Order: sequence, then C-alpha cells, then structure tokens
Amino acid sequence: MVPSMSKGGVDMSQKKEVSKRETFRKLWKYLSGHWFFLVLSIVMAAGTVVGSLYIPILVGKAIDQIIGQGNVNISAILRILMTGAAVILFTSAAQWIMNICNNRITFHVTRDIRNDAMRKIEILPLKYIDGHPYGDVVSRVITDVDTFADGLLMGFTQFFTGIVTIFGTIGFMFSIHFKIALLVVCLTPISLLVARFIATHTYDMFQLQSKTRGEQTALIEEMMEGQKVVKAFGYEDKANERFQDVNERLANYSLRATFFSSITNPSTRFVNSIVYASVALSGAFVALSGRLSIGQLSCLLSYANQYTKPFNEISGVITELQNAFVCAARILELIEEEPQIPEDENAVVLDQVEGNVLLENVDFSYEASQRLIEDFNLNVKAGQRIAIVGPTGCGKTTIINLLMRFYDVNDGKIAVDGEDIRKVTRESLRSSYGMVLQDTWLRSGSIRDNITMFDSSYTDEEIIKAAKEAHSWSFIKRLPNGLDTMIHEDGSGMSQGQKQLLCITRVMLCLPSMLILDEATSSIDTRTELKIQNAFAKMMEGRTSFIVAHRLSTIKSADIILVMKDGHIIEQGNHESLMAKGGFYHTLYQSQFQQ
Amino acid sequence: MKTVLHFMSSYKKESVLAPLFKMFEALLELFVPLVVASIIDVGILKGDKSFIITRCLMMLALAVFGMVCAITAQYFAAKTAVGSAAAMRKELFQHILSFGYVEMDQVGSSTLITRMTSDINQVQNGINMALRLFLRSPFIVFGAMIMAFTIDWKAAMIFVVTIPLLSVVVFGVMFVTKPMYKNVQAGVDRILGITRENLTGVRVIRAFHQEKGEIQRFNEANEELTVLQKLAGRISGLTNPLTFVIINFAILFLIYTGALRVNDGTLSTGQVVALYNYMSQILVELVKLANLIILETKAIACMNRIDDIFAAKASMKGGNEVFGDKKEKGIAISFDDVSFTYEGAREASLQNISFEVKAGDTLGIIGGTGAGKSSLIQLIARFYDASEGKILLDGKAIESYDLSELRHDISLVPQKAQLFKGSIRENLLFGNDQLTEKDLERALEISQAKEFVDAREGGLDAPVEQGGRNLSGGQKQRLTLARAIARNAGILIMDDSASALDFATDAKLRKAIKEMEDRPTTIIVSQRASSMMHADQILVLEDGKMAGLGSHEELMKSCEVYQEIYGSQYE
Repeated sequence: MVPSMSKGGVDMSQKKEVSKRETFRKLWKYLSGHWFFLVLSIVMAAGTVVGSLYIPILVGKAIDQIIGQGNVNISAILRILMTGAAVILFTSAAQWIMNICNNRITFHVTRDIRNDAMRKIEILPLKYIDGHPYGDVVSRVITDVDTFADGLLMGFTQFFTGIVTIFGTIGFMFSIHFKIALLVVCLTPISLLVARFIATHTYDMFQLQSKTRGEQTALIEEMMEGQKVVKAFGYEDKANERFQDVNERLANYSLRATFFSSITNPSTRFVNSIVYASVALSGAFVALSGRLSIGQLSCLLSYANQYTKPFNEISGVITELQNAFVCAARILELIEEEPQIPEDENAVVLDQVEGNVLLENVDFSYEASQRLIEDFNLNVKAGQRIAIVGPTGCGKTTIINLLMRFYDVNDGKIAVDGEDIRKVTRESLRSSYGMVLQDTWLRSGSIRDNITMFDSSYTDEEIIKAAKEAHSWSFIKRLPNGLDTMIHEDGSGMSQGQKQLLCITRVMLCLPSMLILDEATSSIDTRTELKIQNAFAKMMEGRTSFIVAHRLSTIKSADIILVMKDGHIIEQGNHESLMAKGGFYHTLYQSQFQQ
Repeated sequence: MKTVLHFMSSYKKESVLAPLFKMFEALLELFVPLVVASIIDVGILKGDKSFIITRCLMMLALAVFGMVCAITAQYFAAKTAVGSAAAMRKELFQHILSFGYVEMDQVGSSTLITRMTSDINQVQNGINMALRLFLRSPFIVFGAMIMAFTIDWKAAMIFVVTIPLLSVVVFGVMFVTKPMYKNVQAGVDRILGITRENLTGVRVIRAFHQEKGEIQRFNEANEELTVLQKLAGRISGLTNPLTFVIINFAILFLIYTGALRVNDGTLSTGQVVALYNYMSQILVELVKLANLIILETKAIACMNRIDDIFAAKASMKGGNEVFGDKKEKGIAISFDDVSFTYEGAREASLQNISFEVKAGDTLGIIGGTGAGKSSLIQLIARFYDASEGKILLDGKAIESYDLSELRHDISLVPQKAQLFKGSIRENLLFGNDQLTEKDLERALEISQAKEFVDAREGGLDAPVEQGGRNLSGGQKQRLTLARAIARNAGILIMDDSASALDFATDAKLRKAIKEMEDRPTTIIVSQRASSMMHADQILVLEDGKMAGLGSHEELMKSCEVYQEIYGSQYE
C-alpha cells in the first residue's frame, strides 16, 4: 500500500559506534530496576568461581598427606576433606542462587521489553504498520527478543564467570609455582590461535555452503510451490536435472565446510595435551628438587586441563553478545518509534453524531514525493450515500484511511458534524463509524467476542437479532457451540463469505450513525453476495455511508460518486452528471458494465 | 530409521571406521592418567629423571596419535553425513516430483520445503554427531570406570555409584524440562499470534478502540510465558550445582578411600591421583552425551517426518493409449454421469455431471465460489480420477491414456499465474523445449503478451524473477497463457485465467484463440458472464451440480442461476 521507508545514509560506522553505546544506555534502563539481583548474581558468580578453584587445591593438600604405606595422616586428611565438603556445598549453593538471579533478570527484562513493544504497536501510526512487513515487526517482538534473552543469559552466566575463572586460575597457579604457571599462561594462547586460524580459513567454505544452500532452497521453493504447474507441463525430468546439479555442488562444499571446521576440536585438544605434558614434565622435575609437592603437581595438572575452557567459552559468548546487541537495537528501535500524534487533553467527545461530513481543501499523500489527493472538497449531508469507484488498486482505501483518521491529512481539514476530527478523541470518532473492510479480519476467540468486540453489555437476544439481520445466524447456530464456538487466528476453517458475514454482524450490532463499507465480492459466491447486499442495504437506511462500490445499482443510486484512478480522485458527481461529462467514469462504465 | 540406514549403506566402510577411530582416540585419552600415575610413583618418588622424560614423550605421542585418529574419524563422519544427506535430498526431490495432485493436496507445499531443507540438514547433523560421539562419550564414561577397576576395585565402587547418580541428574533434568520447554514454546507461539493479529487487524482494532484490551491480553499472555520460562529455567539451573556436588563429593570419598588403601599398602599415591583424574573426565563426557541425545531426538523426529513423505506413493497409473490424428473432428471430451469427492472430504464436489464437447469447440464453465469449476477441469486433465461415472477423451476412457501423453496434449492455464525464475523464453519453453521461435511469437501474439514482451529490454530473453515478482498480475497471466498456447495441445483449459485482464484485452484474447488455425478444444472457466457469452456451450454449476447447459441465449431463457449471475453483472 505504502512503499517502505528507507533510512538515510548517514556515516554508518560512526553511527554504529554511537548507537552501540546508546543501545546499552537504553538497556540499562530495563536492567537497573533489578540492581539487587544483579549485584547478588555477581557476588554469587565470584563465590562460585573461587569455590570451584579452591577444591583442586584442597585435593592437592589431601594428596600430600598420602605419602606411602603406613605414612598417611588420616586425621589431617579428614580435616581437609571436611573443609572440602563445606566448600562444595557453599559453591553449589552460590551457583544455584546465581542461576536463579540470572533467570529472573533475563526473563523479567524481556517481559518488560515485550510489553513496551506491544504498547507501542497500539499507538504506532498506521503509516509505520502499513510500511513495514508484518513479519519484520513480529520477528522483532518475538525472535529478536528471544535471541537477546539467550545472549543476556549466556552473558551473565558465562561471560563474567569465565573472566573470573581465567584470572582466578592464573592467580592460584602463580601462588603454587611461578615458572610453571608462566609456562601455562604462555602456551595456552596457541590453542586460541589454532582455533582462530581454522575459523578464518573455513569461513570461505561456509560462505560457499550457505550461498549454495540458498540457491538450492530457492529452487526447492519454486518447484514445490509450482508443483502443480510442473506436473501439468511434464517438467519433472528437467527439474530433477537442475536439482541434481545444485545438490552435487552443495554436497561438495558441505563436506569441506563440515570437515575442516571439525578439525578445530582435535587440534585445540592436541595443543592442550602439549600444555598438559609440559606441566607434567616441568612439574615432575621441580618436584624432584623438592620444591613442589605431589599434591601441588596434581593441582597444577587439573588447572592446566581446565584453563582453556573459559577462553573457548568466552569467544563463543562474545559472538553471542554481539548478536544480542544487534537484536536489542532492533527491538528498541521499534519501541522508540515516533507514535501517532497524541490526543489533546480537552479533545471533544463526539456524541449523537448526525452524520454530516465535510472535507475542505484536503491535501494528502503517503509520501511527500508522490502527491495523491490535492485540494479535495466534499460536503456530505447526514444520510447521504457516497460511492467510491475505480479500477483495482486505485487507492480507494485512502479515503477510508482519512475518514477513520488512520492517517492525518497533510493540509486542509475533515470535520464531522462541524468538529475538526483532529480535535476529537480518536475513540469517539472511530466509534461513530461502522466499518466493514474487504479483508475480513477475525481474531482468535469466540464468535461472540468477535461480534461484540468485548463489549459485554449486549444481551444474547441483541446479538442473535443482529446475526439474523446480517444472515449469519443460520451458520452460527449450526456451529458446535453456537456463539461460543472458538475460532482460530484469522478465522481459519471458515469460508470467506462466512467471515464477511460475521464482520457485517459486528457492525449490525452496534449500528453507528455512519458507515464505511467495502462492497467486496471477489471471493463470495453469487447467492451469499445477494444476502450481503440485502444486509448492507438495510444498514444504510438513514445513515451516512461511504461505500467502495462494485455493483452498478449501488453506484447509480449514490448521492455522490467519487471516481479514483492511481490514487487520485479524478471525478466527482452523480451518475447522470458523470455520464454526461463523458470522462473516465464513462469509459469505466462502458468497459465494465456494457459490451 | 530404516531409511537413514538405507542412505548410509553407500558409506558402510566410513560409517564403521568413523566411530572406530573415535573410540581409539578415547582409548588413548584413557591412558593419560595412568602415565601421570607412573610419573609420580616411579619418576618422582624414585627420582628417575630419564623415566620422567620418556613418559612425558609418551604422553606427547598419545596426543599425536589421538589427534590423527580424531581427524580421520571426523573426515569419515563428515563424508558419510554429507553424502547420505545429499543422496536423501536427491531421492526425496525425485519422489516428491512423482506425486500426483492427490498426494500434493495431502502434504502441502510448505511442509515439503521444510522437509527438503531444514529437516534434512538436521538429519545430516545428527548422522555426523552420532558417528562422532555416540561411541566416544559412553566409552570414556565406562572406560574410566573400568580403568578404575584395574587400579583398585574398592575405589572403583565409588564410580559405580557416581555414574548412575550423575546420569539420573543430567538425564532427569533433561526429561523433566523437556515438556516444560514445549510449554514455553507454546507460550511464545501465543504471544506471536497476538502480535500478528494486532498487526493484521490494526484497522479493526482501532475502529473498535480495542487497543487497551489488546495490551492487557498481551500482558497476560506474556506474564504467563515469563512464569513458564522462570520455572523451566529454575529446574534446568539445578543441573550444574547438583552435578558439581555429586562429582566433588565422589572425589572426596575417593581421596579418603585412597588414603586408607595407601596406608595399608594396596595403592600408591600416583594411583590415587590417577583415580582422581578419571573422575574428572566423566562429567564432561556425560554432559556431552546428554546434549547429543537432545540433538539425536530432534534428528530422529526430522527423519520420521521425511519418512512420512517417502511413504506417500503416487497413486495414479496411466495406460498406453496415445492421441490419434487431430484432423478428425469428433467428440473431444465426454463426461457421463461423473461425480467426484476429494479424498477425506465428506461431501462430493461434483455430482452427476454429463456433457460433450466437439473437437475445436469452446465450452464455458460458470458458477460461484465452491461450485466445483476448478474440480471439473482437473478431472479433464486427469489430475484426479473421478469417483463415479466415465470420462472419455476422443472416445477412449481417460484412464487408458499414457500419463505423459495426457499431460502433453492437455494444456492448462492455472488460476494462479505461476512463473519460474529464468528468462521469458525459458518460461515459455517450460512444457516443451523443442518449440521454435515462430511458435513462441505466435503464442505471444495470441495471448496478447507480444506488445509488452517486445517492450522489455531483451525481449524474449528478459529476466523473470522468482514467482514472476517483476511482472504485473496481468502480464503474468498473459505469459502463463502464452506458455499454455505455445505447446499446441489439443485441449486448452483456462481456469479463470483472464481475471486480471481488462475487458478489452480479454475480448481480444478470446477472438485470437477463436481465429487460431487448428483451434484447440477450449474450456474457459470464469465468474464473468462476458467471458463466455460467445462460447458454443456454457455449463452452469452450482454447489457441484449442473444447473444448466446450453448456449447463452438458451440459458437466458431457461436457467435461473445463469440469469441471476448475468443479472448481478449486467443489471
């Protein structure tokens, strides 16, 4: 309907830096409310790390009490082991509390972000919603927030503990033996370098793999979606041939990508083994000279074994965090989107609307560069019928958008019963119109909710009466639970005609003094269409109505006909005057209704 | 499961060698604690320097062998996984293309796409990881225990208790949280649904000022989700503290038992250190195993979905009859009391349809939505078989014709204009790549597409994007018409395929078809009375039954439904 908006091409790299800090600042607003749990989590994380690093030392001390046959200090060992048990219990408790804190912070923050996003969606201008694919907005609210939550949780649980572990390990190792610790600190980065080397060299292959995979998916999509055509034209062999070609290439790239990337683990493990062997060798020699006990050696060995783990984890977490930041920025962008113009505090509440609508010098366009409606004037008296006609896609919905104030006019004004609609509450303006659109929308819930739109003041009798008038009762009553039958999102399981009848029932029930009807017939069979026509006719009696009209009878009997083409209103008048004019309406009439 | 083995069977050697090498690597890893023990017991305690050096070199050698084994195993695993997945994709694609319309309706295109892509990828990953880890992880866990037994059976009893205890925690948490995460997913789906609804229904929601109610509905669902997430998180957050407690208490017991055993002379200090090292190895592998099991359950679920597709078999069989000489003008199509019910549908879509069309004539089919128009033409092209009654083409039963012959002699223009990525020419050659330039030009002229094709840069070789995105609705329709006309088939069926054309173009199109030399038998389906007023016969359908058959004039006199349709459009 409206072309999507493009972002200005400001210096991206600079903007990125600023926006990253910006993003963090905004996220802090969500996080700061949980400061207590944040502090608790950090304290507990530190406790966890120190505790788990202290245990190998205790084990080492215990081993040192085991010297040989008949030379074991059991009571000293028991003392050490008792301390060990206490440390273990303390550490695991700290770890558990930390997990609970992190869970709580993460899920509460994401909940708050999502609620804010939804609150924003309800007040976004229609221009935004029409201009962005639904899938994009949905993925911001759902997928992006999920990815952000994952990143946040991982960041909390692994990033901080990882760093503390690295420094803790180094500290403990140096406290045991300086030179051996130095050896470990110098050798370990090799495994990171190896991992990095492999990652950069396999990157190209992964690129090729995903590119080919994309190519294959596109082919699959095309052939599956057009399968009936493929069949009807006997294209199967050709399709197989094309598929086989991509498939072979993909298998080739996949093998290389999978294999080369899977070298990483054995290689880093190998580097690790070298570090381990070096510690064993140097440690054993130092032990020979008596400056290192066996217990200390075993402690150093177990540190050497664990030391690379946090490094590998952290590099994973950093990618994850970067990703989370990007996602957070996307959802924050939505939350901070400019909302529709807020209502005036003393905005007028329309009551007992008669139905006089005045459009005065109205200028409107979706985008400044493409002018659509210029200096448009229309004076509708209460009870008049206005037909909007024109070829498909000519922008008939623009008028509806303006009347309902889904979009604001750029210039001029629209007034209902003399009140400028910008000075009226949106609620009272919109509830003075009954609207039936071509794309019938039902929400998940019961039939009753869909008809009353959650206004519980209607009695069953009133609802049934409206349903009978809209010719929907005959099918509603046959549904398993009548009015209380639940329908799924978008009314799946109901025919287009039935959905339309429900939407009409909805308006038939509240019957406001003005109507906006899209007399869509494309997907409804002739019989149902007749019923709908009768229902429409009944509603329109004595009400100001704007009708996107397809039927000749509606158009002919309209008080004013607006003829639209390519988004512009090009002619205005009644049937006779427009026919006499011999313009576009005349041609349209000739081509559509006569041979 | 059988299917996976079938596809892996071309890689028998690799699928045995991969886990074997992986196991070998694990075995080498299990030796390390023993070497360390001997360094302590022999090297340090007895002060043998050369022993220490040789043992450390031995550890390096173990590491080198370990790496070589692992890389070999990874290669075989990757080869098997990628190769079997590629074969699976190829066969599945061929299999899907062999489907008839009945099978296509049953499965639907969107699920076919996920099965061809992400499901097979999951299976590939599953095979790869299974070959790599399924033997290694249990081998290390139980290997560590067995090694403990070789050192000292009493100390090994601690392993016997610890391993099941750890397994209970790791797998227990996994099984308890699995349904919880399912609930979380359902919660996410719910808020996704609400978000979607609020975007698609924004106009109605605002017209009925439901914004506040919707925010509240969302907040409630969101709160529910948060509670579920916290609950699941709390339980899975137990894994780490619990396993930490178990493994470390086991180590404490191990040290204590070890100390007693050293004291009475059955164990050496180095052996106690070795036992301690074995205990540390267990946990990592057990966690890996748990993750592997999650991955494999997913992969198996994907494999079952793929199997379902393989299980569906094309049900339609053709005969070996071919179409005779076209010059003979007889009855091209004849329906004799035909009824048709879609599989699984309760009511018949078509009932007791009988009509005849002479070769070269035009039949119009008109009726409202759901009247059975599309079903009827799909029977003519034998995309479905009639449930009752007889359909004859050129006087012979439709079932007796060879299927590909049938596809070639019946050209269908579907309701939805579907084009494929490539050039305009490639799209026109879709059904028959033997067509000459002249055939294509003629088809473009008849379908009223020549003008815009010539105007495009590159003409016939102008690119068509996927799904024909770079063309307007009317242009797409005219190209699908050209594609069908170019094939020179004996029967041309147009299923409401001029709906995006304006009246004048529609009229020109019909005129051009009428003026074709050796004009095909033409069937026009439409909701517009104007599209078929000049057809030789018009068949009026209502609710799957014949409401009238005859020329426009006859129907205007006799058929109420036709009068009604005409009236609503011409009043």
